[in-house]
Amino acid sequence: MSKQHSKVAYQVMWNRLISVVEEQAQALVRTAFSTSVREAGDLSAGVYDVDGNMLAQAVTGTPGHVNAMADAVPHFIRRIGRDNIHDGDVYITNDPWEGTGHLHDITMVTPSFHGGALVGFFACTAHIVDIGGRGFGADAHSVYEEGLYIPIMKFADKGKVDETLTRIIRGNVREPDQLIGDIYALATCNEIGHRRLIDMMAEFSLTDLNGIAEFILVNSRRATLERIAALPQQSATGEMKMDGFDRPITLKVKVSVDGDRIVSDFTGSSGLDKKGINCPLVYAKAYACYALKVAIAPEIPNNAASLAPFEIEAPENSIVNALHPAPVALRHIVGHFVPDAVYDAFDKIVPGLVPAEGAGCLCNFQVSLRPRTDAPAPEDARRSEVLTFNSGGSGARPEHDGLNATAFPSGVMTMPIEATEHAGPVIIWRKELRPDSGGAGKTRGGLGQYMEVGAQEGHEFDIQAMFDRVEHPARGRRGGGAGAPTTIAQDDGSAMNGKGKQFVAHGRRVVMAFPGGAGYGDPSERSVELVKRDLARGYISAETASKNYNLSAADIAEVQAAVARGDAL
Amino acid sequence: MAVPSVRLGVDIGGTFTDVVLEKDGVPFSIKVLTTYSAPENAIIDGMHQVCAKAGVTPAQIDQIIHGTTLATNALIERRGAKTALITTEGFRDVIEMRTESRFEQYDLNLNLPDPLLPRQMRFTVAGRVDANGKILVDMDRAEVEAIVDQIAEGGFESVAVGLIHSYLNPTHEQLVRDVLAEKLPNVAVSISSEVSPQMREYERFNTVVANAYIKPLMASYLGRLGDRLNDEGVSCRIFLMHSGGGVISIQNAADFPVRLVESGPAGGAVFAAHIAARYGLDKVLSFDMGGTTAKICLIKNQTPKTSRVFEVARTYRFKKGSGMPISIPVIDMVEIGAGGGSLAHVDALQQIRVGPKSAGSEPGPACYGRHGKRPAVTDADLVLGKLDPENFAGGSIKLFPDASCIAIAEYVGTKLDMDAVEAAFGIAEVVDENMANAARVHAVENGEDLSEYTMIAFGGAAPLHAGRLCEKLGVERLLVPPGAGVGSAIGFLRAPFSFEANRSVYMKLSDFDGPRIKSLLSDLKAEATGFVRTCDAVSPILSEFKVYMRYTGQGWEIPIALTEDQAMNPDAATFEARFIEDYTKLFGRPVAGMDIEITVWSVNATTPPEKVARVAETSGKAQATTVGGRDLFDGAAGKFLIADVVNRSDMSTGERAVGPVAVVENETTIIVPASRDAIRQPDGCIDIIIKGADQ
Repeated sequence: MSKQHSKVAYQVMWNRLISVVEEQAQALVRTAFSTSVREAGDLSAGVYDVDGNMLAQAVTGTPGHVNAMADAVPHFIRRIGRDNIHDGDVYITNDPWEGTGHLHDITMVTPSFHGGALVGFFACTAHIVDIGGRGFGADAHSVYEEGLYIPIMKFADKGKVDETLTRIIRGNVREPDQLIGDIYALATCNEIGHRRLIDMMAEFSLTDLNGIAEFILVNSRRATLERIAALPQQSATGEMKMDGFDRPITLKVKVSVDGDRIVSDFTGSSGLDKKGINCPLVYAKAYACYALKVAIAPEIPNNAASLAPFEIEAPENSIVNALHPAPVALRHIVGHFVPDAVYDAFDKIVPGLVPAEGAGCLCNFQVSLRPRTDAPAPEDARRSEVLTFNSGGSGARPEHDGLNATAFPSGVMTMPIEATEHAGPVIIWRKELRPDSGGAGKTRGGLGQYMEVGAQEGHEFDIQAMFDRVEHPARGRRGGGAGAPTTIAQDDGSAMNGKGKQFVAHGRRVVMAFPGGAGYGDPSERSVELVKRDLARGYISAETASKNYNLSAADIAEVQAAVARGDAL
Repeated sequence: MAVPSVRLGVDIGGTFTDVVLEKDGVPFSIKVLTTYSAPENAIIDGMHQVCAKAGVTPAQIDQIIHGTTLATNALIERRGAKTALITTEGFRDVIEMRTESRFEQYDLNLNLPDPLLPRQMRFTVAGRVDANGKILVDMDRAEVEAIVDQIAEGGFESVAVGLIHSYLNPTHEQLVRDVLAEKLPNVAVSISSEVSPQMREYERFNTVVANAYIKPLMASYLGRLGDRLNDEGVSCRIFLMHSGGGVISIQNAADFPVRLVESGPAGGAVFAAHIAARYGLDKVLSFDMGGTTAKICLIKNQTPKTSRVFEVARTYRFKKGSGMPISIPVIDMVEIGAGGGSLAHVDALQQIRVGPKSAGSEPGPACYGRHGKRPAVTDADLVLGKLDPENFAGGSIKLFPDASCIAIAEYVGTKLDMDAVEAAFGIAEVVDENMANAARVHAVENGEDLSEYTMIAFGGAAPLHAGRLCEKLGVERLLVPPGAGVGSAIGFLRAPFSFEANRSVYMKLSDFDGPRIKSLLSDLKAEATGFVRTCDAVSPILSEFKVYMRYTGQGWEIPIALTEDQAMNPDAATFEARFIEDYTKLFGRPVAGMDIEITVWSVNATTPPEKVARVAETSGKAQATTVGGRDLFDGAAGKFLIADVVNRSDMSTGERAVGPVAVVENETTIIVPASRDAIRQPDGCIDIIIKGADQ
């Protein structure tokens, strides 16, 4: 039995656990090889009690891991079996349905022992570079083609690493050293969390986490339920369309605020897509939960109790509840649109809180460069894979403009183009804001961006496009205008698709414009000062200022003269 | 370096300007209020006061070393010059697009800080260098001239030039600079290949823009300061403390004012490093806690840890990513919003939160009796018996414990069903835990275990909290040096002349090019040494070589120190062995089969460190004289204990006071928890160790 602790001591311990998981996540960022982890923050880390209830989670770049991580550890406990859990064990999986949604996320769990007894678990997840199969893209027809599947199993048994498993992994992936390096980085990061936890238990003379777990979960549940109780107890339906791969996808959701829970029911959404943009339920749930939580209870830390009231329902084998063996590699594309669908409904329950639609999914692309094949290539030409993360504009908020070229709901970072150009013989000719792409409104949508990409002399390439909003730009809210759609073409004008692998010949460039966020409210209510500021900065053209905001010719001339004089406005 | 006998250290801070004069090693110090409109006035005022104390005239001062927050404040308050940026076509918005991410995931109404220059002040020009430094598209001089004409029409006072990959090939930036010099000779120009030749365009462009933005202001200030000091009879040279912990000439400072950012805190770290040297300590955690923030820095082998990039002007709860990155050599510190004035409240989760909002000096904490209603950390300290209400700040400010109790009860206690004492304990524990967590995360980022460290505490609020912090961090020894209130200014006087030159050039060990490395490092050495030579014509100049390495594919480089021999006779096997050694130390294990690459090369030229005499440490057998007792709340015990009160000035070398004890002095009080004893060492440091231990 642990001794009784004061409220002050419990509060200190709660803070400490949050700090422990942040340390755990930091350790992973510093040691991981995968670009998506180290540059973009695509990882997660958490601590759990003996029953697998998540007590604290690091805030990282990916809301998509939030619930997935919370649900994962109970799967591990069930699959490994309580009697089979020993000190020195480390468990692993990349199961899309019991982990975090696709084979490219490795989740590792380590039991934490103190004084010979199991006291809790640490888990962490990272998006890794390659897991074999067809490579990272939407082209697979089933999960079997997407790479190596690692069921929940022991990576290390009482401290001894399973060498058979590592040999199978090494034999099935394109970058075996990197992947094994990342797996060890994940194991190390759990180990760091474990050591800090044991320090804390010694400092407070704890023999188990029961007391602090109850303190965290009770306080979090109470605070979350208070927020839900304060909302109108009603239901509303939202719906949106996205491009999909070959045919448009409908996301339909009924959000019900119902006493001690909020349910998002996706009945009526499209069925599975043939290509790998399907989304397992756990990942859709994470984004639905994130969308609601950031709107109504943002400061309550993520843990089992604060997440539990946010429930999700969806028919089996709908686009947001893809079952095995559906292809799911690019499940983020649908997942990133879930908040826009949820907000379309929630805005009808609580007006004036949530933003207009934004760019939605990240505007990522991968280029596969190789020596030119149409003519003799120079001797130093080489093969290379370069992945970039980019963002369009976010939707306008009731009181604030949308953010220019900033990810939402994802929280990942872009890479410097100088670093990208070191990664392979690629040249980014342009990466800058896209004027006139933010939807008009009382508050304006965030601007998208232009990018232009080509290869070094002597190379040709394939581009794997992962864009949406070509046919379905972000829709405005409460009278706001739509954001500009995605466009993609070659520099000679030849057309390209928003998704899929496409060839680009030697000397050609791909010219892309990423979508803007939508506007909020009637543009005629926008303050003239802000319209003038936007014009001075070139966020909008003179034509847009006149057409969408009725700025007079005299005002336009005045702004242009001020800019020439170097005035800030 | 021959140390002149009369030296003046001056630190301009947000509230106070600290002036320290050392005459033949004896310090005289004064704090005067900072005079914002003309900061040099406070310096002149303080200088006369310390000269009078020391019995010297300004003309007898042999050297002045100056550090200031003016550069930082100009960036925070956006009070810089009208500045334009010229950048590569296609990349107009690099400083505005930042990392394309939100630094706070859970705030729908988050706004990102505006860039220093709005979009219409950013101009683009065609011309492109690739990742090998090769020119892909030539720059057309006529196009540059047309842009410079626009800048002339706009009446800009300062221009920054930042072009893609200029750290590899600066010729285009130099062309732009030449055109500007020709057509606009009175406009200040900063080019990124000189200010910060490092890869990553967002950091580099932001750094050159910041430099340009504050250049006219700082040049004018430094000019005025020189003139005023001359008028007062000062004839010696003036030097500036830079953010990397060394000293540069006033001319370098005027050219690269961005290097002055955070020079005050850097002085504090140098101060702590000097104490570490006196005690022969290789692992030190410096802890500087003032009114609004606490700063924590790791000092290994008596050298503060440095970094190549840091963030200034954080706009959102000191949160990482909410400020602007500046890539210059800098002492690596974590700063959090935790100080004596930090305000406490209760959040939706019924949890006590402290900071980052601060009561400042007006109205101040509730106990100041100046109509501050909300409870601050100082109020909690007062209720817990850590402060003597009759004797705060040498008796100059009377404190009102009743006001503290009322504020704590209203804003914390009644909401949590706690009495004032328990609520005060909660506030103190939360702020101490916040600082401890920041220190822990900083340590893990550096692969360090704090239990092997000694803490050195300074700044007004640090001695009240350092003891409890040590308990939380498992730190066994704590030193509180004398003069802790003016630590940064003293640190300036301990800093060497130094300048760090660095450059980004990618090289894999599999493509190791020894002659190229030798030539690159020789160039950097010549550049850095040249800067130091302008400050000191005679001393030997040491070169410290560092390369930043990582496994190919990783995003974080780790700094690898090389000996001069390793640097000048480069060899791939040695570089690899050094990397694997340091990587293993940091992260536990190396990774087999991966190529290794070098990304940044750096040479720090510095005059030799001052010889430091070791303190003859005493184990403190004699009992210190107590002047009374008081109820003091002990954090670890969770209750009030009866503590002795000892005057710091009464403690003689070798005397020991047994915790719990309050060691009081004019500026502050050192709280020694029940788990610790305090010994007075010969240099005046109060040495706080585990109870009953021999030192």
